[in-house]
Amino acid sequence: MERSFIKELQTIVGEKHTLSDRESLAVYGYDSTPELESLPGVVLLPGTAAEVGRIMRLCHGAGVNVTPRGSGTNLSGGSLSAAGVVVQTSRLNRIIEVDEENLTATVEPGVITSVLHREVESRGLFYPPDPGSMNISTMGGNVAENSGGLRGLKYGVTADYVMGLETVLADGDLLRSGGKVVKDVAGYNLSPLLVSSEGTLGFFTTITVKLIPRPQGKITMLAHFPVLQDAALAVSAIIAAKVIPATLEFLDKVTIKCVEDYAHVGLPLDVDAVLLIEVDGHPVVIAEEAAAVAEICRKHRCSFFQTAKDAAEAFKLTEARRTALSALARLKPTTILEDATVPRSCIAAMLKVIQDAAKRHNVLIGTFGHAGDGNLHPTCLTDERDKEEIARAHAAFAEIFNAAISMGGTITGEHGVGLAKKKYLPKLVGESGIRIMRGIKQAFDPKGILNPGKIF
Amino acid sequence: MVVMNFDFFVLFVNKEVLNMDYVKLINCMRCGMCLPSCPTYRETFLETASPRGRVALVRKLQEGELEQSERLLEYLSLCLDCQACASACPCGVNAGELVAEFTCERKESSGLNFMEDLILRKLVPHPDRLETSMTPMRLYQRSGLQKLVRTLGILKMFPRPLARMEGLLPTLHSRPLRQEISEVTAAIGTERGTVGFFLGCVMSLIFSDASRATIRLLSSLGYTVITPRNQVCCGAPNMLGGDMEGVKEAARTNIGIFAAHEVDFIVTDCGGCGAELKKYGHHIGDEAASAFSAKVRDISQILAHHTEELAPLLKPLPLKVTYHDPCHIAHCQGIRKEPRDLLKLVPDIDYRELETADACCGSAGTYNITKPEMSDRILQRKIDTVRSSGAEVLVTGNPGCLLQLKKGINDQLPGVRVMHLTEVLALSMDS
Ligand SMILES: Cc1cc2nc3c(=O)[nH]c(=O)nc-3n(C[C@H](O)[C@H](O)[C@H](O)COP(=O)(O)OP(=O)(O)OC[C@H]3O[C@@H](n4cnc5c(N)ncnc54)[C@H](O)[C@@H]3O)c2cc1C
Repeated sequence: MERSFIKELQTIVGEKHTLSDRESLAVYGYDSTPELESLPGVVLLPGTAAEVGRIMRLCHGAGVNVTPRGSGTNLSGGSLSAAGVVVQTSRLNRIIEVDEENLTATVEPGVITSVLHREVESRGLFYPPDPGSMNISTMGGNVAENSGGLRGLKYGVTADYVMGLETVLADGDLLRSGGKVVKDVAGYNLSPLLVSSEGTLGFFTTITVKLIPRPQGKITMLAHFPVLQDAALAVSAIIAAKVIPATLEFLDKVTIKCVEDYAHVGLPLDVDAVLLIEVDGHPVVIAEEAAAVAEICRKHRCSFFQTAKDAAEAFKLTEARRTALSALARLKPTTILEDATVPRSCIAAMLKVIQDAAKRHNVLIGTFGHAGDGNLHPTCLTDERDKEEIARAHAAFAEIFNAAISMGGTITGEHGVGLAKKKYLPKLVGESGIRIMRGIKQAFDPKGILNPGKIF
Repeated sequence: MVVMNFDFFVLFVNKEVLNMDYVKLINCMRCGMCLPSCPTYRETFLETASPRGRVALVRKLQEGELEQSERLLEYLSLCLDCQACASACPCGVNAGELVAEFTCERKESSGLNFMEDLILRKLVPHPDRLETSMTPMRLYQRSGLQKLVRTLGILKMFPRPLARMEGLLPTLHSRPLRQEISEVTAAIGTERGTVGFFLGCVMSLIFSDASRATIRLLSSLGYTVITPRNQVCCGAPNMLGGDMEGVKEAARTNIGIFAAHEVDFIVTDCGGCGAELKKYGHHIGDEAASAFSAKVRDISQILAHHTEELAPLLKPLPLKVTYHDPCHIAHCQGIRKEPRDLLKLVPDIDYRELETADACCGSAGTYNITKPEMSDRILQRKIDTVRSSGAEVLVTGNPGCLLQLKKGINDQLPGVRVMHLTEVLALSMDS
């Protein structure tokens, strides 16, 4: 990038917050996506929304690309920039307001998800979306990816909580959409459109989310299943029994071993699968629900059923689950993780597809995930230096995606398309889908400077 | 205390591709789980100041994509090597250690410079010389010169690192413990076993009261304590300075010295020494070294093993107490429960958990001298958590932390005492 242009950008955010040395560019050239890297031209760390507006205006005028970046934990290459301007949100990290009368929180995009959790929970309120990465990920990233989490089954995903956004558009103008009102039918509903836009339609500078009262109690349970399919069938049976746990997470044998090696929480090493189940709500109700869950698990031949004895034990179990993806990386240097998602009733069939694909292509796949959401994370453990094996891994995933589509599912439930899944998108949404999406992109960003090359 | 200023070390630019274990580097999957645990990332929110970023920098060096520029070395040097990232990493990457290994690797090809050689080879490995080097400090304090200097503010005229060191230095005893303690301290009552006591340099020179308490506790529990007078520095300063040969030299000497005594355990009350001694097996790689490392225990590990025998010796101590986890004890040795259990064993003690107790205090070897600004910011967070804990006594188990915390506490919370774990236990025995 030309020095004179960097100098201009520097006048907006200051020298200290303009990073253009080779070393800095190198470490903002990756996110958590395996195999992908790309060197940006400059990294800016603005301190106010107004600065973001000025950056956008300048770049728009010069026709220079801009990529928003939170903590760089997304799994689809969404925050990578090829020689463009990366605008990182770590300094935009204020919780502007928690409105206890309207049950909303308004934050800047760089606020870390779990920091917001702690703040609202200290006031008896609750912000449910809790991605595995919640201690690292930013609210801006969560909104841009429409992140799910462990509590998605009962509470839904980020989109279900976004009420209003302030978005700096490609030309630097500000767009306000939604707000604190619970009802609003004035024109097109733009906030939901912006959620999961992966930084391609605008730069969120203020996010207003819905809060709910904090559940009074919760019960955390762990069920061991000697046979994988039994665990999958138990998942469908629990939902069919009209019990909606907050969390219904699945871990297979490979994942269990890796997590246990790291977290030492006493997971069983001799079973095919475990389910981590959490019910929350009124104490009387959850006691009944927990009993029903236990009964269903037993009917599905679980070999052991454990109820966390206190909050500390429950916390340990859920935190251990959050480490699953990273813990899998203990076995091999490279982990390629996917998030194909199917209707809940198809979980057992999907697990079978994953197993078969792994066998057919001779690759090691560990699977865990938000089973209650039909959202599994088959994770291939491989070595980026072994190109041949990497090719087989991608072939196995192609099969898995195709199966997901044919079951009425999707190629990505929560990680986004980014760069990683571009080639599968047309298959899923068809020509008309791509045409409409391109039209929307055109309306928001006619010059195509916002996070170009992503999604399609 | 060892005088080392790493800013001083000329940062040699050398474009040789490194010889590090590449798999260790590519094992980092960049998930970022380490970010919230890293003290320097918490302060800066910069990827270059994060464990994930440091691993990437070293990896790119190894791959020849980046050069050993001064800037790159400066970024890496911001690492405290507190290894909180290693505790946080689910895939088993240790960014702190990788940076340290890289420093060693680099020094191996560039060689030590004059100051490094002087300090790491000619001073640190020789307890006598090290102790003599402290004499001027003692004189300085005793002659009243320190008081004069402090009141007149003459320090402002000194180079910054020297002024920092002056501020850190507590009152010294007349003689280092190593010269005073007898080589064998007999067990009290029936003998349970024999332990070798590894007396850390800083413990001996500055915190001799704590080490006296350690020896007393061990003998009270029925251990004969052997403190070989010819033991040398554990080698941690060499490791910090990238002098692997010096570390190995120290290891060989100490292994030989302790091999001459029949001991069940080798005990230390210095977290930094303990962490280093436990790595001798890894550094040297032979059987004797592994056997040595396998015997090493932090004092809290031994004491926590004998809570039943210890409990009757402890008398009430109605104090509000909290505990700071030294990185070298919590992150490097995985010891967290034992010190807390021991404190809770003291009758009437009001134990309060410190918020983010296992976050570094910013001492980190000589970091508080070489990176004063960052060190102060990190220390400030610690002091704030101590303040909100309401504790009257802040307990820890490592001399570096003791120095650093005393400085911060003296300045801001004068009512709070900073003590080594064994000092608190000894106080309870006496009260
Ligand atoms: C260990 C681990 C576990 C994970 N678990 C889950 C999980 O359970 N569920 C889940 O859904 N995801 C999960 N993820 C994926 C990832 O954490 C989420 O996608 C997260 O929302 C990304 O947040 P971030 O702050 O890191 O954003 P980044 O990765 O920095 O950016 C993500 C995208 O958002 C855009 N963006 C960022 N900020 C803004 C802004 N202010 N305005 C507009 N666009 C913006 C970027 O351009 C990019 O396209 C996990 C990742 C890891 C590494």
